Amino acid sequence: MIKAQTLQDLFKRYRRPGDLFYSCVCLAFSLFLAVNLSSQTTWASGTKLLAQPAFWPYAAVITMVGCSTLHLISSFVSPKLDGRWQEIGFWFKSVEFAGWFMIYVIIVPQLGYFPTTIIFSVALSYRLGYRSTKFLGSAALFGAVVVIVFKSFLQVKVPGGAVYEYLPNGLRSFFLTYL
Amino acid sequence: METFFSGVELLMRWDVVLALFVGSIGGVIIGAIPGVGAAVAIAILLPATFSLDPIVGLTMLLGIYGSSMYGGALPAILINTPGTAVNALTTYDGYPMTKRGQARRALALAYSASFWGGMFGILCLIFLSPVLALVAPHFGSREIFLAALLGIILVVLAHRGQVFAAGGLAGFGILLHTVGLDVKYNQRMTFEQTWLTGGFDLIVVVLGLFALSQAFLLLTDKDSAPHPQPVEGSLANAMKETWLYKRVATVAGGFGVLMGMIPGVGEFTAQFMSYTYARKTSKTPDDFGDGAPEGLIASEAANNAVPAAAMIPLLALGIPGEALTAMMLSVFYVHNVIPGPQLFQSQLDFVYALYVAMILLNVIVIIFLIFSTNLLTKIIQVPTRFLGMIILTLSFVGVYSLRNSVVDCAIAAGFGILGLVLKRLNLPIVPIVLGMVLGGIMEVKLRSAMIRVKDPLDFVDRPIAAMLAATIVLVTVLHIRTLRKEHNARLAESEIDHEMHDTQQR
Repeated sequence: MIKAQTLQDLFKRYRRPGDLFYSCVCLAFSLFLAVNLSSQTTWASGTKLLAQPAFWPYAAVITMVGCSTLHLISSFVSPKLDGRWQEIGFWFKSVEFAGWFMIYVIIVPQLGYFPTTIIFSVALSYRLGYRSTKFLGSAALFGAVVVIVFKSFLQVKVPGGAVYEYLPNGLRSFFLTYL
Repeated sequence: METFFSGVELLMRWDVVLALFVGSIGGVIIGAIPGVGAAVAIAILLPATFSLDPIVGLTMLLGIYGSSMYGGALPAILINTPGTAVNALTTYDGYPMTKRGQARRALALAYSASFWGGMFGILCLIFLSPVLALVAPHFGSREIFLAALLGIILVVLAHRGQVFAAGGLAGFGILLHTVGLDVKYNQRMTFEQTWLTGGFDLIVVVLGLFALSQAFLLLTDKDSAPHPQPVEGSLANAMKETWLYKRVATVAGGFGVLMGMIPGVGEFTAQFMSYTYARKTSKTPDDFGDGAPEGLIASEAANNAVPAAAMIPLLALGIPGEALTAMMLSVFYVHNVIPGPQLFQSQLDFVYALYVAMILLNVIVIIFLIFSTNLLTKIIQVPTRFLGMIILTLSFVGVYSLRNSVVDCAIAAGFGILGLVLKRLNLPIVPIVLGMVLGGIMEVKLRSAMIRVKDPLDFVDRPIAAMLAATIVLVTVLHIRTLRKEHNARLAESEIDHEMHDTQQR
């Protein structure tokens, strides 16, 4: 039988390790914004308060400061949960994949969407521990299909690679338009 | 009736039919794969739909939105992992039924209840549309401002137990909207950084928060692959059982419609209310959480009634009630179709076309599921880290194709890490997105409303504005009262589950 009575119980939205760290960072960020509010906004003369361009940044930052303070207090008075630093370590580990993404973004205009996507999907799969031909082949096939669907058929705006310029005439225009 | 048929005519094009099939079947598959979800798929596909006609693009996105919850029930029932966030409640009664050897019965009940809820929602809205066409023009700037404010307040209050965090994130969303140039072309919150002068693009933020965060999460976490057992026997015959629970299904659908129409509330509150109703009115309330068919039906009928209802504030007032409709709003804007009171007056056929498309997608999905559930159990066996690679590769198309900007990609990656942190902390992402969208609407509408407002009482001197202001006060007071009641009914600290529930946040 289910014991949960409240919406929070049913959907299991409870605190996790790292909540205190998160609430400290939130409050620090909100206070930083609050300190800079006056220099980052302009008050127009002859305009009502609620129509001022500065009104909404002030409203937003005041809300952030108020809520972050209360969140920090509630985290502080709640029982400590083990595993805080492991959790924060997990957050930092994800930065590696943000790096992979940015390298992909930077290489595409140089090497071209089609070759970069295939290389990226295969290399990332290899990095993730997939070594079998089945997975690496699937990754290459997936990369090719993505480019064909989005660039060739849906014609999304992704520029051709700089290396395509070195291709023979007929092939170059095909690569620039479709791959 | 003529307008209705004119709407049907809008759908009679090969590209709309194709979008309908791609959206509805794609949505089921996406929903069935734990780790993706409709929000991720819609965020990635959004820029690709900009080159399509509004009716084609919206049909596809609506297809994904409406059908993902059908698909999400499959892993919820078979492997105790909700495919999408709103299938979380389905695990409570669906999985125990599978453990008892009743997987076929549970799936049949979930699909038919979803169909019931979906159709109920759409039919309610088709009959409501003429009324909306009459009411919507009475919404001026101050009414739309108050409705958007109500939406923000509700989305914060709907996150019980996380109200402070949700409030801070909604404030952050509003702040994101204010970055850039203000109406007088002064720099606002840009910190003299040129890359901030243009402000934050909603799609870049959404892609980061939903798609990239999910990719980072799956890539960083341990690898796993679901292995559901195939289902034996015919689903079509087992679906008839839902008729025995028609009262629960209809009431749950009603809650779905009601909650879906109110901006900021959505599926979770609808499910909570319908599940509580089903338990209170059941002859066997102790079976809930242990394989009660009514619980399963209440959960699935309620969440599937929401998508159609969520289109109401979007179409009638231009106010999105949750993240998915907020994303769809950008499709309207790109095509210069401005949702709001005018739309119901001047393009009612377009509105009807969307409703008919939703009926068709429900029919396509239910037929597809009857014949392909076992195929889906094979498709969803993608290892999670491989899935992360797939999402990351697809996210590139979404962000980069917008403006071919490396800065956009870097911003999206930053929001991706923020999204990952929030998901790991069981904190909501939706308040940021709604804060950003509704913040923009509130600023514009409040400024134009202030032209005619001399003193504060002028603001609420029209009936709808007064009702909305009263509702804001009422929900705040009721929330405080509910908090007290829930404080008494809460679980003991030792029973609280501090595990991560990413599947319930997507």
